[in-house]
Amino acid sequence: MSVAIAVAETPLVRFLLGRADDALILGHRLSEWTGHAPILEEELALANMGLDLIGQARALYAMAAEAEGAAHDEDDYAYLRDEGQFRNLLIVERPRGDFADTMLRQALYAIYAEMFWQATSRSTHRELAGFAAKAAKEMAYHVRHAGAWVMRLGGGTVESHARAQAALERLAPYLDEMFDGEDPSLAAIAPDVPALRKDWDSAARTLLGEAGLTLPDVPYPQRGGRVGRHGETLGHLLAMFQHLHRSHPGATW
Amino acid sequence: MSEEKTPLWEVFIRARQGLSHRHVGSVHAADATLALQAARDVYTRRGEGLSIWVVPSAAITASDPADKDELFEPTASKIYRHPTFYDIPDDVGHM
Repeated sequence: MSVAIAVAETPLVRFLLGRADDALILGHRLSEWTGHAPILEEELALANMGLDLIGQARALYAMAAEAEGAAHDEDDYAYLRDEGQFRNLLIVERPRGDFADTMLRQALYAIYAEMFWQATSRSTHRELAGFAAKAAKEMAYHVRHAGAWVMRLGGGTVESHARAQAALERLAPYLDEMFDGEDPSLAAIAPDVPALRKDWDSAARTLLGEAGLTLPDVPYPQRGGRVGRHGETLGHLLAMFQHLHRSHPGATW
Repeated sequence: MSEEKTPLWEVFIRARQGLSHRHVGSVHAADATLALQAARDVYTRRGEGLSIWVVPSAAITASDPADKDELFEPTASKIYRHPTFYDIPDDVGHM
């Protein structure tokens, strides 16, 4: 028996779900640090960033539901879609790894997301534009916090530098996908995503340069998240994440 | 994390314009920038602040509790120092 919902994906619904899924999955990855962070202060910082993202996901799912008009709600999208229906970027589903993996990803993704939401604040979709202005501020703090750690890990001890560089190399194949363009019919609603690349390159290379880290060349970038081709890691995440809701449909407390 | 690598910082938060910074607690952090971010993440999660100060705990010189008799006892009998003999107009606000 399949309990998954069928989503009527217009380009707008797909766009909103993609951005919501990015936030939900990355927020979940950050939440995995709860109880495992190196110090109490950082545990709260990671949980705070995770909650920013999960809050963003909720607002975006609500907009997707309105666009779809099929009486689905945020829980339906989060818990009752199968792996192939998730539209998130591959970079956000990568395992949390060690502290360097988490902070490198958070910094490089947040630099992108801040630019993306700033550009989206000029969208003709008024609700989305208003949301984007708030999301850009949240992501600016993620840039500041994760960026501070990237500098300290890259320029810290021999071991922290080696781990940060190794994390960057694991992450590099998933960066290109962030700059894939949205459906041309959304030109007034979604920003010109490929055009963000130049500013992102400049900001990311400045940060990595200050941290003494080198972005490797990637002969074969990975993509496919936006059309539901995910790595095996997303299935494991969803099994954990969706298990309770699917075992007890409609349960509340 | 060792005390040497992540020393203690005292955190002061100003809740509103016109109020002074108040001590709210402490955090461990490797340096001033991270201490400020840790203070933000630990102590302003519910919209408590407009401004944060962090100060290395080691920079604070504290009075010795054993000295309290000679430091504080002499003021107990000098009630004329308390400004309780006149009314402060409401418009003055926080003094």
